[in-house]
Amino acid sequence: MKDKPQTESVETAARPLAPKSSIILKINDTEHKLEVAPWTSVLDLLREYLHMTGTKKGCDHGQCGACTVLVDGTRVNSCLTLAVMKDGSEITTIEGLAKDGELHPMQQAFIDNDAFQCGYCTPGQICSAVGLLQEGKAKSIDDIRDLMSGNICRCGAYNNILAAIQQVKGGVQNA
Amino acid sequence: MNTNYIGKGTSRVDGREKVTGQAKYAAEFTAEGMTHAFVVSSRIAKGKIKSIDASAALELEGVLDVFTHKNRPKLAWYDKSYQDEDSPPGSPFRPLYDSEIQFSMQPIALVVAETFELARYGASLVQVEYEEESHTTNLKANREKAYNPKKYKSGEPPKSRGNMEEAFAGAAAKVDQEYFHTSEHHNPMEMHASTVVWEDDGTMTIYDKTQSVKNSQNYIKKIFDLSTKDARVISPFVGGAFGSGLRPQYQLFLAVMAALALERSVKLVLTRQQMFSFGHRPATIQHLQLGASKDGNLLAAKHEAFAETSRFEDYAENVVVWQNTLYKCDNVAFDYKLVGLDVYTPLDMRAPGGVTGMYALESAMDELAVAAGIDPVELRLKNYTEKDQNEDAPFTSKELKECYRQAAEKFGWEKRNPEPRSMRDGHKLVGWGMASAAWEATQQEASAKAQLTADGKLIVSSATADIGTGTYTVMTQLAAETLGLPLEDVTFKLGDSTLPYAPLEGGSWTVSSVGSAVKKVCDAIGERLLKFSRKLPGSPFALAGLEEVKFENGMMKLKSDPSKGFYIKDIMQQRELDVIEEEVTSKPASEQKNYAPYAHAAVFVEVKVDEDFGTITVSRVVSGVAAGRVINTKTSRSQILGGIVWGIGMALEEESFMDNTFGRFMNHNLAEYHVPVNADVHDIEVIFVEEHDEIVNPIGAKGLGEIGIVGVAAAIANAVYHATGKRVRDLPITLDKVM
Repeated sequence: MKDKPQTESVETAARPLAPKSSIILKINDTEHKLEVAPWTSVLDLLREYLHMTGTKKGCDHGQCGACTVLVDGTRVNSCLTLAVMKDGSEITTIEGLAKDGELHPMQQAFIDNDAFQCGYCTPGQICSAVGLLQEGKAKSIDDIRDLMSGNICRCGAYNNILAAIQQVKGGVQNA
Repeated sequence: MNTNYIGKGTSRVDGREKVTGQAKYAAEFTAEGMTHAFVVSSRIAKGKIKSIDASAALELEGVLDVFTHKNRPKLAWYDKSYQDEDSPPGSPFRPLYDSEIQFSMQPIALVVAETFELARYGASLVQVEYEEESHTTNLKANREKAYNPKKYKSGEPPKSRGNMEEAFAGAAAKVDQEYFHTSEHHNPMEMHASTVVWEDDGTMTIYDKTQSVKNSQNYIKKIFDLSTKDARVISPFVGGAFGSGLRPQYQLFLAVMAALALERSVKLVLTRQQMFSFGHRPATIQHLQLGASKDGNLLAAKHEAFAETSRFEDYAENVVVWQNTLYKCDNVAFDYKLVGLDVYTPLDMRAPGGVTGMYALESAMDELAVAAGIDPVELRLKNYTEKDQNEDAPFTSKELKECYRQAAEKFGWEKRNPEPRSMRDGHKLVGWGMASAAWEATQQEASAKAQLTADGKLIVSSATADIGTGTYTVMTQLAAETLGLPLEDVTFKLGDSTLPYAPLEGGSWTVSSVGSAVKKVCDAIGERLLKFSRKLPGSPFALAGLEEVKFENGMMKLKSDPSKGFYIKDIMQQRELDVIEEEVTSKPASEQKNYAPYAHAAVFVEVKVDEDFGTITVSRVVSGVAAGRVINTKTSRSQILGGIVWGIGMALEEESFMDNTFGRFMNHNLAEYHVPVNADVHDIEVIFVEEHDEIVNPIGAKGLGEIGIVGVAAAIANAVYHATGKRVRDLPITLDKVM
């Protein structure tokens, strides 16, 4: 962020089928000036062009939540979000949660509670859980379960994910 | 420092990488000049490709090539070149081999381009003309065409004994029913992907989603006539697999083919839709006949199954073996038949055969308990067997009785009113059901290598996988405990074809097989340390054998006098050793042949069924598991939790819906193929029953990857019957079947 943004070329050998757009995204506190094709999703931008692969692709259709990132503090499916729509936004991915080598409390809680197995849905779960607490809507255990149901965990770590979120949130009662 | 790690709740050693996004999966590696590939899938289920026109795709600047059966490189000719460690008998599918279409969504072309989006767009421009033939994809409608395969993938059905028909005719309490479950797809969260990095020297480094790097490597070596050095396969993290990575899938073949042809790096990720275009749990019809005396002694049992397979391979599972494992009975008959359909070959999916067979058997046992007027747990205890009747062999260990007792007590089973519809929670009907479970606990041959360096750090490695099972963590624990080293000084490496051989990461045998090799190689390092220490000045070990020393807290000590010993680091430094290296192969002991190795479980379930809407909630589960020694209390509980969640999915949600008109699984996405989400899962309690097993393997631990799911679907179906009085014999139990 402090550095002057450099234009990062995501140009390829291919003839563009439609003109690219110039956008600026602040990703994990670093400003990126980007030239992107209109069809490039935030997810593909992160994974294929910026090589930030912490954000996962699990369906590319907004059905699984593995690609969840925080855009201006709100959790979104980055696979359903075109990069050009988010010009000027701040994006936080899993890579941006730990500060100076110290894990975010939610990351630590996921480790403590074994809230993952294969780890593939985990970045999305953690970003979603951080977003959930910022929203402030979850008052009960059932609320957490409902509001985390956009993030599929095929390993079935749901009870441990719930425990991790409770550890960070503290003091939620079963409805 | 305390270096006793076995049986502790150590957090995953790879946890930090996974929660920070640093763990890299197959599609997340890259290289200079990476190209991207996209698969074109067949629209039809059977027939021929009349023509493929890729010209519109090729006209796009940045599209490098389009591969089809017309222009593919030369490929191996024999079936055996395409067979892998998990192949059923038959002729494996060959991508882009010829114009024939054998199943819907068969890969028929591969577009390679400079960007992912361009490859995807190019794929949409490929025009295909088909010569359609009529296909057959309906199991139930084609049951009369069932056959006994010449060769069974995992052993023939057990032999019949006694006279089942006569004993059944004379039984006082009887069940004679059919049970069905649909096809299911694995759907790991990570889609199958292969990234092939084309190195400057013309070799390939291949990042593949697989449950065995050696299996992937051997497969492409045979097909493309490559040497071991030509193709190194790496797979450090696998985003779930559940069996989908047991066989090399077609993205590996296609990515390697394109890389070889273009001499470029290629990345290929299947779409979620394409995840429904290869292996699945086969839809299976089961017929159960159980007959018991008035007081519940099993007199007759018959279990026959009809399962789908493809036209080109005879996939078969151990579906009808479980009666012999769980219940004593002298008059039994078994059969397992296949029905060939125009689908891809089914594929081992978490506890293949076990979840299928146990669903029907344990549902039928519940019906028998009702028919005989006996409590379901009591019926099972009455017919408990101390011998596996498949092999007429005693168990290596079996604490199933304790599983029933402890889980029933925790659940509160004694308060159950056996009458259906007798329990309520407001507007909801409450049902309690239970089931038994068993799963194989075998040991396979495996190798491991260990390097101890002068700084006291240990690296242990084997070409196994961690698909979320916790392999990295438990192997690190086993190695650290065996040599008494701090956990942070031990690194376990896996998922690299240059490492020593490990079997497929499946079958719940990784801890028993690779764990035994890890222990053995650490023992070998220990023996070397002992030899080196004998000649040190003032050595207390001059005459000691390995059994007289122990390793703990970074030291080698005399068991008889633990105050005497050396720090391992000091032994290395005083003998001026930079590194000690050992590599071993561990094989099952011959004594194991005389025993039947199984893990067991008893699962108790509470469901709540909305009386008007038929919606079912699994409100409570208690599972008692006997699986030998528990290496890690934290990750082992997670394994069982995950298995139970899978059982909830199988019982209530998962259904790959075959549209027989098109011969295609129509709900091929995660919005319509339902798997449990957070809101579907409630209280789950896991109890590990103490079980000592000196025979099953040198670790004394049975695998936990599969036992957790077995029996769950039956327990839920039985609970739904208890809640509603309605017996649904057709999975998944969706609300339309209950209303």
